[in-house]
Amino acid sequence: MIEVSPVPSFLAAKTGPRAWLLTRDHKRIGLMFLFATVAFLFLGGAFAMLLRTELVRPERDLFDATMYNRLFTMHGVVMVFLFMIPSIPAGFGNFVLPIMIGARDVAFPRLNLASFYIYLIGAFVTLGSLVGGGVDTGWTFYTPYSSTSPTAVAPTAIGIFIIGISSIITGINFITTVHTMRAKGMRWHDMPLFVWSIYATSIIQVLATPVLGLTLVLVGLDHVLGIGLFDPRVGGDPVLYQHLFWFYSHPAVYIMILPAMGVISEIVCTFAHRNPASYRAIAYSSLGIAFVGFLTWGHHLFVSGMSETDAAIFGVLSMFVAVFSAIKVFTWTGTLYRASIRLGTPLGYLFAFLFLFVFGGMTGVAVATQSLDVPWHDTYFVVAHFHFIMVGGTTTAFLAAWHYWFPKMFGRMYDERVGLLTAALVFGGFFMTFFPQFLLGNAGMPRRYYSYPDQYQALHVLSTGGSWALGLAMLLAFGQLVVAWRKGPRAPANPWHSRSFEWSTSSPPPEHNFVGPFVVRRGAYDYDLTQEEADARSTDR
Amino acid sequence: MPAPRTAEHFADLATQQRAARLGMWTFLASEVLLFAGLFALYGAYRVRYRDAFAEAVRHNTLWFGTTNTFVLLTSSLTVALAVRAIRADRCGSALVFVGLTIVLGLGFLGIKGFEYADHIEHGLLPARFFSSDVITGPGAIIFYTIYWIATGLHGVHVTAGLCVLGWLATRIAHDRVDATNPVALELGAMYWHLVDMIWLFLWPLLYLTR
Repeated sequence: MIEVSPVPSFLAAKTGPRAWLLTRDHKRIGLMFLFATVAFLFLGGAFAMLLRTELVRPERDLFDATMYNRLFTMHGVVMVFLFMIPSIPAGFGNFVLPIMIGARDVAFPRLNLASFYIYLIGAFVTLGSLVGGGVDTGWTFYTPYSSTSPTAVAPTAIGIFIIGISSIITGINFITTVHTMRAKGMRWHDMPLFVWSIYATSIIQVLATPVLGLTLVLVGLDHVLGIGLFDPRVGGDPVLYQHLFWFYSHPAVYIMILPAMGVISEIVCTFAHRNPASYRAIAYSSLGIAFVGFLTWGHHLFVSGMSETDAAIFGVLSMFVAVFSAIKVFTWTGTLYRASIRLGTPLGYLFAFLFLFVFGGMTGVAVATQSLDVPWHDTYFVVAHFHFIMVGGTTTAFLAAWHYWFPKMFGRMYDERVGLLTAALVFGGFFMTFFPQFLLGNAGMPRRYYSYPDQYQALHVLSTGGSWALGLAMLLAFGQLVVAWRKGPRAPANPWHSRSFEWSTSSPPPEHNFVGPFVVRRGAYDYDLTQEEADARSTDR
Repeated sequence: MPAPRTAEHFADLATQQRAARLGMWTFLASEVLLFAGLFALYGAYRVRYRDAFAEAVRHNTLWFGTTNTFVLLTSSLTVALAVRAIRADRCGSALVFVGLTIVLGLGFLGIKGFEYADHIEHGLLPARFFSSDVITGPGAIIFYTIYWIATGLHGVHVTAGLCVLGWLATRIAHDRVDATNPVALELGAMYWHLVDMIWLFLWPLLYLTR
């Protein structure tokens, strides 16, 4: 194990604002993405807390209908486009992917920096439209309402279009990096599983995002010029909008969850100190989800006018995603089964992930069935479903990743007791927020209303209480990381005794990731080897 | 002639060039999907307004579209010849071929401009700006809305391609692109071919399927 590196770490190599703002180092760009996404996580969370607070009492308290609509739209837009989509791929993907494959940087470092600034410009335009009146259409911008809404639809659409460009650039960069920059001796099946999941994500980013871009351009043009391509008054078809929108936005949920699955695969193997039960099952099911994810968008349109045959086909295709996901879940639990597991904060978040993901996934199979979806459509049941699987999955994996790679990024450790306690509080708060929403939806409470009949109040109060606990847990989690960053004890190079390649270099890594050329003669999870042998087979000197 | 430079994060020049080409191919795939959404819209509305679309296509001037197809295909030939010339280290002729490509690209935009002027004169404009009394109805209006968006988006890509080619011409003139390092021109040519290829789909959809 490399304990002390004679080369300065990337954090110490250059300092000052210029060294950060004009950097081409994937690690610094990754960190800037991470700081930005955490800021947007808190902003989107603040919108959600306001919404939940309004819902404590059945009648109107804080906001009128329009303001409420603006708030849930901004909550969705910020969380989807500014937090979840870039969080793990552009943040942790940027930081660890090149190190994991033994590269000195991504293939196109300048484009990588550009993608960060394009993302910031997009965020600026999107949030700027808040000042210019906000948007009240929901993050889905459904036509024909989005054509006639008096709010700032066009600037928001342009902002999201710009963020999409950043997402495409990140995807192109990672695909090229994985193909061309692997260290000497590293074959595809030697790569850490996180790399496979980011690779699958990148394919979706490159192929699905342009369709959303085009669709948002059409919505923006419609709002400004009234081109009416989706307006039934002039012969257009609003359902076509839904098809185009979900052709991106359904695969987009796999942009959010596939990287999370990659994080979980890493943590499972490290904390079980064991080879994955099946490397290929996890790697190929990522590609499987990326592929079949393109063919499931129709399940959002079950009540929008769709033949029963189409609905059945889309339903069955959607269930294939559950099959691939189940392959992963069983492989993870198979890896953990009877292993000598090390307890740690990332593992705590991993268990939260597994529960939320499996629970949310099973309700997903239910809503993929047309006969069940019709009564649940546009109720809190669907809200609870996608928050469990998408938000619960992504956020717990995001927090797991923060705690797992924190020593790698900053070379410091945090307090494990606080970490585990926070993980439990995140899980508890999350469950208490969203589990009542399944019951609310099943009892008929529609989504996107600021007032409701009295009989729903108890469950709403429970949900709001949970959201406060969740908000508190988030503050605790990141507060403790800030403290650890300043005052935490020094971390060894490989505190988890992981075999994955990002731990083969010092923590934090030197500016060019490795001291000399990195050479590999083993897979990413050779836990059968002794530590000395494993280190000898993956070395940079 | 300055030797080609390998960026420090690449193992060697061959890897760097392979990465550049793969990155461009991936970008082109993304561009194809950008237009795919429009083609899907066209397909759906063509099924719904079959006769109106056919009539609108008949109403478009076949000669404008077909001439432009020849212009653009020829420009793809000249840019391919430019790549061949640069690989054979004939930088002078490469520069001439890139120049010819730019001229042909500008010619395409010029012809398109005349066609647009003709459309404006006859009120064949998108959505509520549509004011033709020769063809009427929602199908015709939607056809011309898609027509303007598709050709407009394609025109933006032609313009972007022309800017890239202009930049490449200065690079060749300053000996920064040559036989040992032809990748920049190759990438520019790939992009230009994509612009051409998209037109090869727009041409039948907007002019031929009468």
